Amino acid sequence: MSRKQLALVIDLNVCVGCHACVTSCKEWNGAGAAGPMTDQNPYGADPSGTFFNRVQTFEIGEFPHTETVHFPKSCLHCEEPPCVPVCPTGASYKREEDGIVLVDYDKCIGCKYCSWACPYGARELDEHQKVMKKCTLCVDRIYDTRLAEIDRKPACVKACPTSARIFGDIHDPHSDAARAIRDNGGYALMPEWGTQPANHYLPRRKTRMRIHADELVRADNPLRVEGHPPKPAAGTATLDDASW
Amino acid sequence: MLLLRFVVAAEAYAQPDMHPAFSVILLTTLIGAGQGLFLALFTVQSYAVVGLLPAVEGRAFYAAGAALALALTAGGLVASFFHLGRPERAWRSATQWRTSWLAREVIALPAFMGALALWGTLHALGWPPVLATLPHGTAVELTLVVGIAATLLAFALYVCTGMIYACLRFLAEWHTPLTPLNYVLMGGASGFTLGAAWAALGSPPHARFLAGWAVVLTLLAAIGRIASLWRNARLKPRSTLQSAIGIKHPKVVQRSQGFMGGSFNTREFFHGKGAPLLRGVKWYFVAAAFALPAAMVAAGPASAGWLLAAFAVQYSGLIAERWFFFAQANHPQNLYYQAIS
Repeated sequence: MSRKQLALVIDLNVCVGCHACVTSCKEWNGAGAAGPMTDQNPYGADPSGTFFNRVQTFEIGEFPHTETVHFPKSCLHCEEPPCVPVCPTGASYKREEDGIVLVDYDKCIGCKYCSWACPYGARELDEHQKVMKKCTLCVDRIYDTRLAEIDRKPACVKACPTSARIFGDIHDPHSDAARAIRDNGGYALMPEWGTQPANHYLPRRKTRMRIHADELVRADNPLRVEGHPPKPAAGTATLDDASW
Repeated sequence: MLLLRFVVAAEAYAQPDMHPAFSVILLTTLIGAGQGLFLALFTVQSYAVVGLLPAVEGRAFYAAGAALALALTAGGLVASFFHLGRPERAWRSATQWRTSWLAREVIALPAFMGALALWGTLHALGWPPVLATLPHGTAVELTLVVGIAATLLAFALYVCTGMIYACLRFLAEWHTPLTPLNYVLMGGASGFTLGAAWAALGSPPHARFLAGWAVVLTLLAAIGRIASLWRNARLKPRSTLQSAIGIKHPKVVQRSQGFMGGSFNTREFFHGKGAPLLRGVKWYFVAAAFALPAAMVAAGPASAGWLLAAFAVQYSGLIAERWFFFAQANHPQNLYYQAIS
Protein backbone atom coordinates (compact mmCIF):
# COMPACT_ATOMS: atom_id res chain seq x y z
CA MET A 1 0.00 0.00 0.00
CA SER A 2 2.93 2.31 0.42
CA ARG A 3 3.55 2.56 -3.30
CA LYS A 4 2.06 5.54 -5.04
CA GLN A 5 -1.18 4.93 -6.94
CA LEU A 6 -2.36 7.82 -9.04
CA ALA A 7 -6.05 7.77 -9.86
CA LEU A 8 -9.13 9.79 -10.62
CA VAL A 9 -12.01 10.18 -8.25
CA ILE A 10 -15.16 11.05 -10.15
CA ASP A 11 -17.98 12.74 -8.31
CA LEU A 12 -21.30 11.61 -9.77
CA ASN A 13 -22.98 14.13 -7.52
CA VAL A 14 -21.71 17.05 -9.55
CA CYS A 15 -21.06 15.64 -13.04
CA VAL A 16 -23.46 17.37 -15.40
CA GLY A 17 -22.63 15.23 -18.45
CA CYS A 18 -21.21 18.06 -20.55
CA HIS A 19 -18.53 15.87 -22.24
CA ALA A 20 -15.88 18.56 -21.72
CA CYS A 21 -13.55 15.88 -20.30
CA VAL A 22 -14.10 13.77 -23.43
CA THR A 23 -13.22 16.53 -25.86
CA SER A 24 -10.37 17.83 -23.75
CA CYS A 25 -8.90 14.32 -23.49
CA LYS A 26 -9.18 13.86 -27.24
CA GLU A 27 -7.60 17.24 -27.86
CA TRP A 28 -4.62 16.69 -25.56
CA ASN A 29 -3.95 13.06 -26.34
CA GLY A 30 -4.57 13.40 -30.05
CA ALA A 31 -1.44 15.52 -30.20
CA GLY A 32 0.51 14.25 -27.20
CA ALA A 33 2.74 11.26 -26.62
CA ALA A 34 -0.25 8.89 -26.52
CA GLY A 35 -1.59 10.00 -29.89
CA PRO A 36 -2.79 10.02 -32.50
CA MET A 37 -6.36 9.09 -31.64
CA THR A 38 -7.63 8.42 -35.09
CA ASP A 39 -11.18 8.78 -36.36
CA GLN A 40 -12.86 6.90 -39.17
CA ASN A 41 -15.54 8.73 -41.14
CA PRO A 42 -15.64 11.64 -38.67
CA TYR A 43 -18.05 13.58 -40.86
CA GLY A 44 -19.64 10.62 -42.62
CA ALA A 45 -22.71 8.54 -41.98
CA ASP A 46 -21.13 6.08 -39.57
CA PRO A 47 -18.50 7.96 -37.57
CA SER A 48 -16.16 6.06 -35.32
CA GLY A 49 -12.96 6.79 -33.49
CA THR A 50 -10.63 6.14 -30.61
CA PHE A 51 -11.43 7.70 -27.26
CA PHE A 52 -9.86 7.23 -23.85
CA ASN A 53 -12.85 8.61 -22.04
CA ARG A 54 -16.60 8.43 -22.56
CA VAL A 55 -19.45 10.03 -20.69
CA GLN A 56 -22.50 7.84 -20.49
CA THR A 57 -25.96 8.58 -19.21
CA PHE A 58 -28.17 6.35 -17.12
CA GLU A 59 -31.70 6.73 -15.88
CA ILE A 60 -32.36 5.47 -12.40
CA GLY A 61 -35.86 4.55 -11.30
CA GLU A 62 -39.23 4.61 -13.00
CA PHE A 63 -41.05 7.67 -14.25
CA PRO A 64 -41.97 9.98 -12.59
CA HIS A 65 -39.51 9.00 -9.85
CA THR A 66 -36.48 9.07 -12.10
CA GLU A 67 -33.09 10.56 -11.84
CA THR A 68 -30.44 11.07 -14.51
CA VAL A 69 -26.89 10.06 -13.73
CA HIS A 70 -24.02 11.04 -15.99
CA PHE A 71 -21.24 8.55 -15.76
CA PRO A 72 -17.74 9.30 -17.12
CA LYS A 73 -15.85 6.09 -17.89
CA SER A 74 -12.16 5.61 -18.62
CA CYS A 75 -9.43 3.15 -17.67
CA LEU A 76 -9.64 2.57 -13.92
CA HIS A 77 -5.90 1.80 -13.51
CA CYS A 78 -6.74 -1.28 -11.44
CA GLU A 79 -4.39 -2.27 -8.65
CA GLU A 80 -4.83 -5.88 -9.85
CA PRO A 81 -5.16 -5.20 -13.58
CA PRO A 82 -6.47 -8.33 -15.35
CA CYS A 83 -5.37 -6.88 -18.72
CA VAL A 84 -1.65 -6.87 -17.87
CA PRO A 85 -0.73 -10.53 -17.20
CA VAL A 86 -2.56 -11.77 -20.32
CA CYS A 87 -0.52 -9.59 -22.68
CA PRO A 88 1.81 -11.92 -24.61
CA THR A 89 4.36 -9.22 -25.49
CA GLY A 90 4.64 -7.19 -22.31
CA ALA A 91 3.25 -4.14 -24.12
CA SER A 92 0.63 -3.73 -21.39
CA TYR A 93 2.21 -2.89 -18.09
CA LYS A 94 1.57 -1.25 -14.76
CA ARG A 95 4.15 1.26 -13.65
CA GLU A 96 5.82 0.47 -10.36
CA GLU A 97 6.40 4.10 -9.46
CA ASP A 98 2.87 5.48 -9.75
CA GLY A 99 0.53 2.60 -10.61
CA ILE A 100 -0.49 3.92 -14.03
CA VAL A 101 -1.44 1.14 -16.47
CA LEU A 102 0.05 1.88 -19.88
CA VAL A 103 0.43 0.32 -23.33
CA ASP A 104 3.76 0.45 -25.14
CA TYR A 105 2.57 1.13 -28.68
CA ASP A 106 5.87 -0.08 -30.10
CA LYS A 107 5.47 -3.52 -28.56
CA CYS A 108 1.72 -4.03 -29.01
CA ILE A 109 0.83 -6.56 -31.71
CA GLY A 110 -2.86 -5.67 -31.74
CA CYS A 111 -4.11 -9.12 -30.70
CA LYS A 112 -6.93 -7.57 -28.62
CA TYR A 113 -6.52 -10.17 -25.87
CA CYS A 114 -6.17 -7.46 -23.19
CA SER A 115 -9.49 -5.95 -24.23
CA TRP A 116 -11.13 -9.34 -23.69
CA ALA A 117 -9.53 -9.42 -20.26
CA CYS A 118 -10.88 -6.02 -19.18
CA PRO A 119 -14.39 -6.24 -17.71
CA TYR A 120 -14.88 -2.48 -18.03
CA GLY A 121 -14.35 -2.09 -21.77
CA ALA A 122 -11.71 0.55 -21.06
CA ARG A 123 -9.45 -0.39 -23.97
CA GLU A 124 -10.01 0.52 -27.58
CA LEU A 125 -8.05 -0.72 -30.58
CA ASP A 126 -6.97 2.16 -32.80
CA GLU A 127 -8.23 1.19 -36.25
CA HIS A 128 -5.53 3.18 -37.97
CA GLN A 129 -2.47 2.34 -35.90
CA LYS A 130 -3.74 -1.17 -35.09
CA VAL A 131 -2.52 -1.03 -31.50
CA MET A 132 -4.48 -1.02 -28.24
CA LYS A 133 -5.05 2.37 -26.64
CA LYS A 134 -6.35 3.54 -23.34
CA CYS A 135 -6.27 6.35 -20.79
CA THR A 136 -2.72 7.22 -19.70
CA LEU A 137 -3.77 9.58 -16.90
CA CYS A 138 -1.97 12.11 -19.13
CA VAL A 139 1.36 10.66 -18.10
CA ASP A 140 3.04 13.04 -20.57
CA ARG A 141 1.53 16.00 -18.78
CA ILE A 142 1.43 15.33 -15.04
CA TYR A 143 5.24 15.18 -14.74
CA ASP A 144 6.03 17.94 -17.26
CA THR A 145 8.01 20.50 -15.28
CA ARG A 146 7.66 23.01 -18.13
CA LEU A 147 4.01 23.34 -17.19
CA ALA A 148 2.92 25.40 -14.23
CA GLU A 149 2.36 23.27 -11.14
CA ILE A 150 -1.41 23.82 -11.37
CA ASP A 151 -1.47 22.46 -14.93
CA ARG A 152 0.26 19.17 -14.10
CA LYS A 153 -3.03 17.33 -14.04
CA PRO A 154 -4.83 15.14 -16.58
CA ALA A 155 -6.55 17.13 -19.33
CA CYS A 156 -9.97 15.86 -18.28
CA VAL A 157 -9.47 17.14 -14.73
CA LYS A 158 -8.44 20.56 -15.99
CA ALA A 159 -11.45 20.73 -18.30
CA CYS A 160 -14.18 19.74 -15.86
CA PRO A 161 -16.31 22.85 -15.20
CA THR A 162 -17.90 21.43 -12.05
CA SER A 163 -14.75 19.94 -10.49
CA ALA A 164 -16.29 16.50 -10.69
CA ARG A 165 -12.87 14.97 -11.30
CA ILE A 166 -10.29 14.79 -8.53
CA PHE A 167 -6.79 13.61 -9.38
CA GLY A 168 -4.27 12.35 -6.88
CA ASP A 169 -2.44 9.55 -5.12
CA ILE A 170 -5.08 7.41 -3.45
CA HIS A 171 -2.44 5.72 -1.28
CA ASP A 172 -1.50 9.03 0.30
CA PRO A 173 -4.10 9.53 3.05
CA HIS A 174 -3.65 13.29 2.90
CA SER A 175 -4.32 13.68 -0.82
CA ASP A 176 -7.56 15.25 -2.00
CA ALA A 177 -8.40 12.05 -3.83
CA ALA A 178 -7.95 9.77 -0.83
CA ARG A 179 -9.82 12.18 1.40
CA ALA A 180 -12.72 12.37 -1.05
CA ILE A 181 -12.97 8.58 -1.18
CA ARG A 182 -12.80 8.31 2.58
CA ASP A 183 -15.16 11.12 3.49
CA ASN A 184 -17.71 10.86 0.72
CA GLY A 185 -18.22 7.13 0.31
CA GLY A 186 -16.02 6.56 -2.75
CA TYR A 187 -16.64 3.18 -4.35
CA ALA A 188 -15.12 0.98 -7.06
CA LEU A 189 -16.88 -0.39 -10.15
CA MET A 190 -17.67 -4.12 -10.41
CA PRO A 191 -16.00 -5.00 -7.10
CA GLU A 192 -17.06 -8.62 -7.70
CA TRP A 193 -14.02 -9.29 -9.91
CA GLY A 194 -11.35 -8.29 -7.40
CA THR A 195 -9.61 -6.00 -9.86
CA GLN A 196 -9.36 -3.27 -7.21
CA PRO A 197 -9.82 -0.30 -9.52
CA ALA A 198 -7.75 2.69 -8.49
CA ASN A 199 -10.30 5.13 -9.91
CA HIS A 200 -13.19 5.61 -7.57
CA TYR A 201 -16.63 7.13 -7.93
CA LEU A 202 -18.39 9.31 -5.40
CA PRO A 203 -22.10 8.57 -5.08
CA ARG A 204 -24.97 11.00 -5.56
CA ARG A 205 -25.50 12.69 -2.23
CA LYS A 206 -28.72 14.34 -1.09
CA THR A 207 -29.35 16.34 2.02
CA ARG A 208 -32.68 15.42 3.47
CA MET A 209 -34.29 16.56 6.71
CA ARG A 210 -35.98 13.83 8.62
CA ILE A 211 -38.96 15.43 10.35
CA HIS A 212 -41.13 13.35 12.61
CA ALA A 213 -44.72 14.38 13.21
CA ASP A 214 -44.19 15.04 16.91
CA GLU A 215 -41.48 17.53 16.05
CA LEU A 216 -44.08 19.78 14.41
CA VAL A 217 -46.08 20.37 17.58
CA ARG A 218 -44.69 21.39 20.89
CA ALA A 219 -44.94 18.22 22.90
CA ASP A 220 -42.40 18.99 25.53
CA ASN A 221 -43.32 20.95 28.57
CA PRO A 222 -40.13 22.00 30.29
CA LEU A 223 -41.97 21.95 33.59
CA ARG A 224 -43.40 18.49 33.06
CA VAL A 225 -42.98 16.02 35.85
CA GLU A 226 -42.13 12.52 34.79
CA GLY A 227 -45.18 10.24 34.99
CA HIS A 228 -47.78 13.06 35.14
CA PRO A 229 -49.71 14.29 32.11
CA PRO A 230 -48.52 17.69 30.94
CA LYS A 231 -50.27 20.70 32.50
CA PRO A 232 -51.87 22.35 30.76
CA ALA A 233 -52.81 19.45 28.44
CA ALA A 234 -51.59 19.57 24.84
CA GLY A 235 -54.91 20.77 23.45
CA THR A 236 -55.57 23.49 26.03
CA ALA A 237 -55.36 27.09 24.95
CA THR A 238 -52.21 28.84 26.02
CA LEU A 239 -51.34 32.47 26.55
CA ASP A 240 -50.30 32.68 22.88
CA ASP A 241 -53.76 31.63 21.74
CA ALA A 242 -55.51 34.33 23.70
CA SER A 243 -56.80 37.23 21.69
CA TRP A 244 -57.06 40.54 23.41
CA MET B 1 -31.41 -39.00 -26.48
CA LEU B 2 -30.53 -37.68 -23.06
CA LEU B 3 -27.79 -35.58 -24.66
CA LEU B 4 -30.29 -34.09 -27.13
CA ARG B 5 -32.50 -33.06 -24.24
CA PHE B 6 -29.56 -31.17 -22.80
CA VAL B 7 -29.11 -29.37 -26.12
CA VAL B 8 -32.79 -28.37 -26.16
CA ALA B 9 -32.48 -27.23 -22.57
CA ALA B 10 -29.58 -25.02 -23.61
CA GLU B 11 -31.94 -22.80 -25.63
CA ALA B 12 -32.25 -20.14 -22.97
CA TYR B 13 -29.61 -17.59 -23.88
CA ALA B 14 -28.45 -14.79 -21.69
CA GLN B 15 -27.30 -12.33 -24.31
CA PRO B 16 -24.93 -13.95 -26.77
CA ASP B 17 -22.31 -11.54 -27.87
CA MET B 18 -18.58 -11.76 -28.66
CA HIS B 19 -17.77 -11.11 -32.29
CA PRO B 20 -16.18 -14.32 -33.68
CA ALA B 21 -12.97 -13.72 -35.66
CA PHE B 22 -12.51 -16.19 -38.49
CA SER B 23 -8.75 -16.10 -38.13
CA VAL B 24 -9.05 -17.49 -34.61
CA ILE B 25 -11.72 -20.01 -35.66
CA LEU B 26 -9.40 -21.35 -38.36
CA LEU B 27 -6.38 -21.28 -36.06
CA THR B 28 -7.98 -23.32 -33.29
CA THR B 29 -9.75 -25.83 -35.53
CA LEU B 30 -6.78 -26.40 -37.87
CA ILE B 31 -4.15 -26.86 -35.19
CA GLY B 32 -6.58 -29.01 -33.19
CA ALA B 33 -7.00 -31.34 -36.15
CA GLY B 34 -3.26 -31.30 -36.89
CA GLN B 35 -2.40 -32.23 -33.30
CA GLY B 36 -5.09 -34.91 -33.35
CA LEU B 37 -3.79 -36.37 -36.60
CA PHE B 38 -0.31 -36.66 -35.14
CA LEU B 39 -1.71 -38.28 -31.99
CA ALA B 40 -3.59 -40.76 -34.21
CA LEU B 41 -0.44 -41.64 -36.17
CA PHE B 42 1.62 -41.96 -33.03
CA THR B 43 -1.03 -44.11 -31.38
CA VAL B 44 -0.65 -46.56 -34.28
CA GLN B 45 3.12 -46.50 -33.86
CA SER B 46 3.02 -47.07 -30.11
CA TYR B 47 0.47 -49.90 -30.43
CA ALA B 48 2.66 -51.47 -33.13
CA VAL B 49 5.79 -51.17 -30.98
CA VAL B 50 4.27 -53.26 -28.21
CA GLY B 51 2.78 -55.68 -30.72
CA LEU B 52 -0.89 -54.79 -30.30
CA LEU B 53 -1.12 -53.81 -33.96
CA PRO B 54 0.73 -55.05 -37.03
CA ALA B 55 3.61 -52.78 -38.03
CA VAL B 56 2.93 -50.27 -40.80
CA GLU B 57 4.36 -51.20 -44.21
CA GLY B 58 6.59 -48.56 -45.76
CA ARG B 59 7.64 -45.11 -44.60
CA ALA B 60 5.06 -42.95 -46.35
CA PHE B 61 2.20 -43.50 -43.87
CA TYR B 62 4.03 -41.82 -41.00
CA ALA B 63 6.19 -39.42 -43.01
CA ALA B 64 3.51 -38.04 -45.32
CA GLY B 65 1.01 -38.15 -42.44
CA ALA B 66 3.35 -35.98 -40.40
CA ALA B 67 3.62 -33.63 -43.39
CA LEU B 68 -0.18 -33.42 -43.53
CA ALA B 69 -0.40 -32.70 -39.80
CA LEU B 70 2.34 -30.11 -40.23
CA ALA B 71 0.42 -28.51 -43.11
CA LEU B 72 -2.69 -28.25 -40.91
CA THR B 73 -0.83 -26.65 -38.00
CA ALA B 74 1.05 -24.34 -40.38
CA GLY B 75 -2.28 -23.32 -41.90
CA GLY B 76 -3.50 -22.48 -38.42
CA LEU B 77 -0.35 -20.51 -37.71
CA VAL B 78 -0.79 -18.49 -40.91
CA ALA B 79 -4.45 -17.85 -40.06
CA SER B 80 -3.45 -16.57 -36.61
CA PHE B 81 -1.42 -13.78 -38.17
CA PHE B 82 -4.58 -12.34 -39.70
CA HIS B 83 -5.90 -11.78 -36.20
CA LEU B 84 -3.05 -9.42 -35.35
CA GLY B 85 -3.09 -5.70 -35.96
CA ARG B 86 0.70 -5.63 -36.24
CA PRO B 87 1.75 -9.13 -37.45
CA GLU B 88 5.31 -7.97 -38.12
CA ARG B 89 5.83 -7.82 -34.35
CA ALA B 90 4.47 -11.31 -33.68
CA TRP B 91 7.88 -12.50 -32.51
CA ARG B 92 7.44 -10.42 -29.38
CA SER B 93 4.45 -12.47 -28.32
CA ALA B 94 6.55 -15.27 -26.80
CA THR B 95 8.14 -13.09 -24.14
CA GLN B 96 5.48 -13.11 -21.40
CA TRP B 97 5.17 -16.89 -21.02
CA ARG B 98 5.37 -16.54 -17.25
CA THR B 99 1.93 -14.94 -17.06
CA SER B 100 0.18 -15.21 -20.43
CA TRP B 101 -1.42 -18.37 -21.83
CA LEU B 102 -1.32 -16.73 -25.24
CA ALA B 103 2.47 -16.41 -25.01
CA ARG B 104 2.64 -20.05 -23.88
CA GLU B 105 0.64 -21.08 -26.93
CA VAL B 106 2.97 -19.04 -29.11
CA ILE B 107 5.84 -21.15 -27.75
CA ALA B 108 4.03 -24.50 -27.66
CA LEU B 109 2.81 -24.29 -31.27
CA PRO B 110 6.21 -24.02 -33.00
CA ALA B 111 7.70 -26.43 -30.45
CA PHE B 112 5.08 -29.01 -31.35
CA MET B 113 5.56 -28.31 -35.06
CA GLY B 114 9.31 -28.78 -34.66
CA ALA B 115 8.94 -32.09 -32.83
CA LEU B 116 6.37 -33.21 -35.39
CA ALA B 117 8.66 -32.27 -38.28
CA LEU B 118 11.55 -34.15 -36.65
CA TRP B 119 9.39 -37.19 -36.07
CA GLY B 120 8.21 -37.15 -39.68
CA THR B 121 11.72 -36.61 -41.01
CA LEU B 122 13.10 -39.54 -38.99
CA HIS B 123 10.36 -41.74 -40.42
CA ALA B 124 10.96 -40.42 -43.94
CA LEU B 125 14.68 -41.13 -43.70
CA GLY B 126 13.96 -44.55 -42.31
CA TRP B 127 16.50 -43.95 -39.63
CA PRO B 128 15.34 -45.68 -36.48
CA PRO B 129 18.37 -46.18 -34.27
CA VAL B 130 17.44 -48.32 -31.30
CA LEU B 131 18.24 -46.37 -28.15
CA ALA B 132 17.43 -49.12 -25.67
CA THR B 133 15.78 -52.50 -25.45
CA LEU B 134 13.15 -53.09 -22.80
CA PRO B 135 13.20 -56.37 -20.76
CA HIS B 136 10.56 -58.02 -22.96
CA GLY B 137 12.55 -57.31 -26.07
CA THR B 138 10.69 -54.18 -27.16
CA ALA B 139 13.05 -51.91 -29.08
CA VAL B 140 12.87 -48.23 -28.10
CA GLU B 141 13.57 -46.43 -31.33
CA LEU B 142 14.49 -42.76 -31.63
CA THR B 143 11.17 -42.04 -33.37
CA LEU B 144 9.37 -43.35 -30.30
CA VAL B 145 11.21 -40.92 -28.00
CA VAL B 146 10.65 -37.98 -30.36
CA GLY B 147 7.03 -39.06 -30.73
CA ILE B 148 6.53 -39.07 -26.95
CA ALA B 149 7.99 -35.56 -26.78
CA ALA B 150 5.70 -34.43 -29.60
CA THR B 151 2.73 -36.04 -27.81
CA LEU B 152 3.47 -34.12 -24.63
CA LEU B 153 3.81 -30.93 -26.66
CA ALA B 154 0.54 -31.65 -28.48
CA PHE B 155 -1.28 -31.94 -25.15
CA ALA B 156 0.51 -28.85 -23.81
CA LEU B 157 -0.64 -26.96 -26.89
CA TYR B 158 -4.27 -28.09 -26.44
CA VAL B 159 -4.15 -26.94 -22.82
CA CYS B 160 -2.59 -23.58 -23.79
CA THR B 161 -5.23 -22.99 -26.46
CA GLY B 162 -8.05 -23.87 -24.09
CA MET B 163 -6.62 -21.88 -21.19
CA ILE B 164 -6.39 -18.71 -23.31
CA TYR B 165 -10.18 -18.67 -23.04
CA ALA B 166 -10.70 -20.50 -19.76
CA CYS B 167 -8.45 -18.13 -17.79
CA LEU B 168 -10.62 -15.07 -18.51
CA ARG B 169 -12.64 -15.25 -15.34
CA PHE B 170 -15.39 -12.81 -16.18
CA LEU B 171 -16.18 -14.52 -19.47
CA ALA B 172 -18.20 -17.08 -17.56
CA GLU B 173 -19.06 -19.17 -20.63
CA TRP B 174 -15.35 -19.92 -21.09
CA HIS B 175 -14.20 -19.94 -17.49
CA THR B 176 -14.58 -23.66 -16.86
CA PRO B 177 -12.32 -26.74 -17.00
CA LEU B 178 -14.65 -27.95 -19.76
CA THR B 179 -13.04 -25.44 -22.13
CA PRO B 180 -9.52 -26.97 -22.28
CA LEU B 181 -11.02 -30.46 -21.97
CA ASN B 182 -13.23 -29.86 -25.00
CA TYR B 183 -10.32 -28.45 -26.99
CA VAL B 184 -8.48 -31.72 -26.36
CA LEU B 185 -11.50 -33.89 -27.18
CA MET B 186 -12.70 -32.00 -30.26
CA GLY B 187 -9.20 -31.65 -31.71
CA GLY B 188 -8.55 -35.31 -30.99
CA ALA B 189 -11.85 -36.38 -32.54
CA SER B 190 -11.25 -34.51 -35.80
CA GLY B 191 -7.62 -35.67 -35.91
CA PHE B 192 -8.52 -39.32 -35.43
CA THR B 193 -11.26 -39.11 -38.07
CA LEU B 194 -8.73 -37.68 -40.50
CA GLY B 195 -6.22 -40.28 -39.30
CA ALA B 196 -8.69 -43.06 -40.11
CA ALA B 197 -9.12 -41.68 -43.62
CA TRP B 198 -5.35 -41.39 -43.92
CA ALA B 199 -4.92 -45.00 -42.82
CA ALA B 200 -7.55 -46.12 -45.33
CA LEU B 201 -5.31 -44.55 -47.98
CA GLY B 202 -1.88 -45.51 -46.73
CA SER B 203 -2.25 -48.47 -44.39
CA PRO B 204 -5.72 -50.06 -44.72
CA PRO B 205 -5.22 -52.66 -41.94
CA HIS B 206 -5.12 -49.81 -39.43
CA ALA B 207 -8.12 -47.87 -40.71
CA ARG B 208 -10.70 -49.71 -38.55
CA PHE B 209 -8.55 -49.26 -35.44
CA LEU B 210 -8.34 -45.47 -35.89
CA ALA B 211 -11.98 -45.28 -36.95
CA GLY B 212 -12.93 -46.92 -33.65
CA TRP B 213 -10.99 -44.36 -31.67
CA ALA B 214 -12.43 -41.56 -33.81
CA VAL B 215 -15.96 -42.67 -32.83
CA VAL B 216 -15.02 -42.89 -29.14
CA LEU B 217 -13.38 -39.46 -29.14
CA THR B 218 -16.24 -37.90 -31.13
CA LEU B 219 -18.76 -39.22 -28.62
CA LEU B 220 -16.64 -38.05 -25.67
CA ALA B 221 -16.31 -34.63 -27.31
CA ALA B 222 -20.08 -34.54 -27.80
CA ILE B 223 -20.60 -35.24 -24.10
CA GLY B 224 -18.06 -32.57 -23.10
CA ARG B 225 -19.44 -29.93 -25.43
CA ILE B 226 -23.07 -30.60 -24.59
CA ALA B 227 -22.16 -30.46 -20.91
CA SER B 228 -20.70 -26.99 -21.48
CA LEU B 229 -23.81 -25.93 -23.48
CA TRP B 230 -25.96 -27.11 -20.61
CA ARG B 231 -23.79 -25.32 -18.08
CA ASN B 232 -23.70 -22.08 -20.08
CA ALA B 233 -27.47 -21.94 -20.44
CA ARG B 234 -27.70 -21.85 -16.65
CA LEU B 235 -25.16 -19.13 -15.98
CA LYS B 236 -26.24 -16.12 -14.01
CA PRO B 237 -24.19 -13.02 -14.88
CA ARG B 238 -22.16 -11.91 -11.91
CA SER B 239 -22.00 -8.29 -12.99
CA THR B 240 -25.12 -6.20 -13.32
CA LEU B 241 -25.80 -2.66 -14.46
CA GLN B 242 -26.02 -1.87 -10.74
CA SER B 243 -22.52 -3.13 -9.99
CA ALA B 244 -21.21 -1.67 -13.26
CA ILE B 245 -22.04 1.89 -12.25
CA GLY B 246 -22.38 1.33 -8.52
CA ILE B 247 -25.92 2.58 -8.06
CA LYS B 248 -28.29 0.51 -5.99
CA HIS B 249 -31.70 0.62 -7.61
CA PRO B 250 -33.63 -2.25 -9.13
CA LYS B 251 -34.31 -0.21 -12.24
CA VAL B 252 -31.31 1.27 -14.04
CA VAL B 253 -31.48 1.93 -17.79
CA GLN B 254 -28.79 3.29 -20.04
CA ARG B 255 -29.97 6.30 -22.01
CA SER B 256 -26.71 7.08 -23.83
CA GLN B 257 -23.43 5.22 -24.26
CA GLY B 258 -21.70 8.49 -24.98
CA PHE B 259 -21.47 8.38 -28.77
CA MET B 260 -23.80 7.97 -31.73
CA GLY B 261 -21.56 5.95 -34.07
CA GLY B 262 -19.76 2.69 -33.40
CA SER B 263 -16.59 2.08 -31.46
CA PHE B 264 -14.19 -0.77 -30.86
CA ASN B 265 -16.33 -1.76 -27.88
CA THR B 266 -19.48 -2.11 -29.96
CA ARG B 267 -17.72 -3.94 -32.81
CA GLU B 268 -15.54 -6.42 -30.91
CA PHE B 269 -18.02 -7.56 -28.30
CA PHE B 270 -21.29 -7.65 -30.26
CA HIS B 271 -21.82 -9.88 -33.27
CA GLY B 272 -25.25 -8.44 -34.06
CA LYS B 273 -26.69 -11.82 -35.04
CA GLY B 274 -30.09 -12.85 -33.79
CA ALA B 275 -30.98 -15.77 -31.57
CA PRO B 276 -32.47 -17.83 -34.47
CA LEU B 277 -29.10 -17.89 -36.25
CA LEU B 278 -27.32 -18.90 -33.07
CA ARG B 279 -29.82 -21.66 -32.48
CA GLY B 280 -29.32 -22.83 -36.06
CA VAL B 281 -25.55 -22.83 -35.73
CA LYS B 282 -25.79 -24.72 -32.46
CA TRP B 283 -27.94 -27.48 -33.92
CA TYR B 284 -25.72 -27.61 -36.98
CA PHE B 285 -22.58 -28.17 -34.95
CA VAL B 286 -24.17 -30.72 -32.64
CA ALA B 287 -25.16 -32.67 -35.74
CA ALA B 288 -22.17 -32.05 -38.00
CA ALA B 289 -19.32 -32.09 -35.50
CA PHE B 290 -20.51 -35.04 -33.42
CA ALA B 291 -23.62 -37.00 -34.41
CA LEU B 292 -23.12 -37.30 -38.17
CA PRO B 293 -19.38 -38.10 -38.27
CA ALA B 294 -19.73 -40.59 -35.41
CA ALA B 295 -22.52 -42.34 -37.31
CA MET B 296 -20.66 -42.17 -40.64
CA VAL B 297 -17.44 -43.57 -39.21
CA ALA B 298 -19.16 -46.21 -37.08
CA ALA B 299 -21.61 -47.50 -39.66
CA GLY B 300 -19.97 -46.74 -42.99
CA PRO B 301 -17.23 -48.56 -44.90
CA ALA B 302 -13.61 -47.96 -43.90
CA SER B 303 -12.88 -46.49 -47.31
CA ALA B 304 -10.74 -43.41 -47.77
CA GLY B 305 -13.42 -41.44 -49.61
CA TRP B 306 -16.12 -42.15 -47.04
CA LEU B 307 -13.88 -41.36 -44.07
CA LEU B 308 -12.63 -38.18 -45.75
CA ALA B 309 -16.24 -37.15 -46.23
CA ALA B 310 -16.82 -37.82 -42.52
CA PHE B 311 -13.83 -35.61 -41.70
CA ALA B 312 -15.09 -32.85 -43.99
CA VAL B 313 -18.49 -32.92 -42.28
CA GLN B 314 -16.86 -32.94 -38.85
CA TYR B 315 -14.51 -30.10 -39.69
CA SER B 316 -17.36 -27.94 -40.97
CA GLY B 317 -19.18 -28.75 -37.74
CA LEU B 318 -16.17 -27.71 -35.68
CA ILE B 319 -15.96 -24.40 -37.56
CA ALA B 320 -19.58 -23.82 -36.58
CA GLU B 321 -18.83 -24.97 -33.04
CA ARG B 322 -15.96 -22.48 -32.70
CA TRP B 323 -18.08 -19.67 -34.13
CA PHE B 324 -20.73 -20.47 -31.56
CA PHE B 325 -18.12 -20.70 -28.80
CA PHE B 326 -17.17 -17.08 -29.42
CA ALA B 327 -20.66 -15.82 -30.18
CA GLN B 328 -22.07 -17.25 -26.96
CA ALA B 329 -19.60 -15.48 -24.70
CA ASN B 330 -21.19 -12.50 -23.01
CA HIS B 331 -18.66 -9.88 -21.95
CA PRO B 332 -19.47 -7.76 -18.87
CA GLN B 333 -18.25 -4.66 -20.74
CA ASN B 334 -21.47 -4.92 -22.77
CA LEU B 335 -23.35 -3.57 -19.77
CA TYR B 336 -21.84 -0.20 -20.62
CA TYR B 337 -22.94 -0.34 -24.27
CA GLN B 338 -26.69 -0.92 -24.23
CA ALA B 339 -28.19 2.22 -25.79
CA ILE B 340 -26.93 4.64 -28.43
CA SER B 341 -28.93 7.61 -27.22
